[in-house]
Amino acid sequence: MTAPVLSCSGLVRTFGALRAVDGVDLALPAGARHALIGPNGAGKSTLFQLLAGGLSPTAGRVSLDGRDVTRLSDARRARRGLGQTFQHSSLFPSMTAAENVALAAERALGAPWSPLPRHRPALAERVDRLLADVDLLARRDVPVAALSHGECRQLELAVALATAPRVLLLDEPAAGMSPAESERLAALIHRLPAEITLLFVEHDLDLVFRLATRVTVLHLGRVLVSGSPEEVRGSREVQEAYLGTGRREDLFLPAAGATATAPDDAPAARDASAESP
Amino acid sequence: MTPGRRRLALAAVLAALAIAPLVLSTYGSVTLARMLAFALLAASLDLLVGVTGLASLGHGAYFGAGAYTAGWVALHVSRSAAATLAAAAAVSAVVALVAGSVAVRARGVFFLMLTLAIGEIVEQLAQSWHGVTGGSDGLYGIPAIQLGGATLTDARWFTWFVLAVFVAGLAVIACLRRAPFGAALRGIRDNEPRMRALGYNTYLYKLAAFVIAGTLAGVAGGLFAAQQRLVTPGDLGMASSVAALLAVIIGGEGTLWGPCLGAAIVVELRDVLSSSLGGHGSLVLGVVFVAVVFLLPGGLARLRIRTGDAR
Repeated sequence: MTAPVLSCSGLVRTFGALRAVDGVDLALPAGARHALIGPNGAGKSTLFQLLAGGLSPTAGRVSLDGRDVTRLSDARRARRGLGQTFQHSSLFPSMTAAENVALAAERALGAPWSPLPRHRPALAERVDRLLADVDLLARRDVPVAALSHGECRQLELAVALATAPRVLLLDEPAAGMSPAESERLAALIHRLPAEITLLFVEHDLDLVFRLATRVTVLHLGRVLVSGSPEEVRGSREVQEAYLGTGRREDLFLPAAGATATAPDDAPAARDASAESP
Repeated sequence: MTPGRRRLALAAVLAALAIAPLVLSTYGSVTLARMLAFALLAASLDLLVGVTGLASLGHGAYFGAGAYTAGWVALHVSRSAAATLAAAAAVSAVVALVAGSVAVRARGVFFLMLTLAIGEIVEQLAQSWHGVTGGSDGLYGIPAIQLGGATLTDARWFTWFVLAVFVAGLAVIACLRRAPFGAALRGIRDNEPRMRALGYNTYLYKLAAFVIAGTLAGVAGGLFAAQQRLVTPGDLGMASSVAALLAVIIGGEGTLWGPCLGAAIVVELRDVLSSSLGGHGSLVLGVVFVAVVFLLPGGLARLRIRTGDAR
């Protein structure tokens, strides 16, 4: 039984009286495709920051490859193979798409400290390959400011992949994307090497149920349900967390034992976000 | 501008600077030397301001540390140009390392205030350490430096020497800007949290930039001391720091030659034209600065380079 690649136990983070993350346990085996969902305010982004190292926990531990990284900074965790993308594209605006990816690739595979300008064809080739993987090769010399929102999201992913991470945290990778772009993103994530361990937050449940082998639902800082996509789909608690305790039989698959009643006027919702975007 | 044209322009400028001492008067040559030393200071500050995104109001401290060191070495140890400049570089590097290790932990306005405070501390040190720095009298009577046995009292030879050091300093900066190190600094300027998320130890990069900028400022100080033959506490105080920052902004931060142009303008207005402007050189400089900020926010360098090549 191999140790989980990324795990946390008893993770707590408070902001004054608010317990944003309230005792979360998570364990990701190598090659996992694990989705983290939950209504807004559930603590997903905070949990991500705790795992990535951008925020320090009030209590609890984070482990990477079985080693305790709770005290390590985000930069040190990144050097140990943890990569992440951000919900709002976090790129380098003064540079072109290729330069963004090169900056990331350089750190992991090149000589980022080098004070001498060098021509490295191997690095340039890797940058081009990464851009091609996200369908941005044609836009390699375009400054970031001129890229569309969807292209920025794609570039965000290319930049994260450039460091050759073993664990990848994706924070709403499809945020703001059109259905066609989401489709391309899903295909791209599907193509990721099986060795990479993936934890992603997503509101687009189509994407979640398509890509994830395990789903964890967070609500008010705690894990509500953690299991296969089907278990989560049918779970009564999850439905109540998202939609309240009013009538909702026609919005979700019926929970075990519930009977179907006459349909409401409420439209079938494919996106589980409790707030409109 | 295409790379070919830029090289041509660069060669033309270097040639003009090289010929200048032959055609200028003694005063002209001396002024050119001052401008070149100040240009090196401004270019070193731009490594912090334009490339790394760290605006510093205390860069004069390292310039002054270098100037005092060069002056002291020339007075008490050796008049060799190499010795004075090497000592200036070493001392200012150490001062920058100590100051930077504290300042660079802060960001934005807090960093600015820390550099300001450090600058003030260093100036006070120069005022009170009478034994070494001569207190408020400063170091005077600094002898002319010697290069290869010959004393550089001739204005032309001195200016050529300063030009050579200036070009070498700028070459170092240009090299760093194009290297992965420079790209990392620009990344830190653009988005430091992302750089950390990618695994860069941004503190060390910023500290390295701070020390390199401080060292080059110290070399500029050494040149300044050799030219003026007098170093006073005012040379490493707010006046120098502000003048350097003005030069960077007027010329265009983030470009290589913009700050050099800005430095020439600052020296011209503040030192050369000041008497003919009724002593109001600094006032005019202030007006120019405000005009540039409003009308040319990217500085003079970006006025010409329309392709936005300067970053």
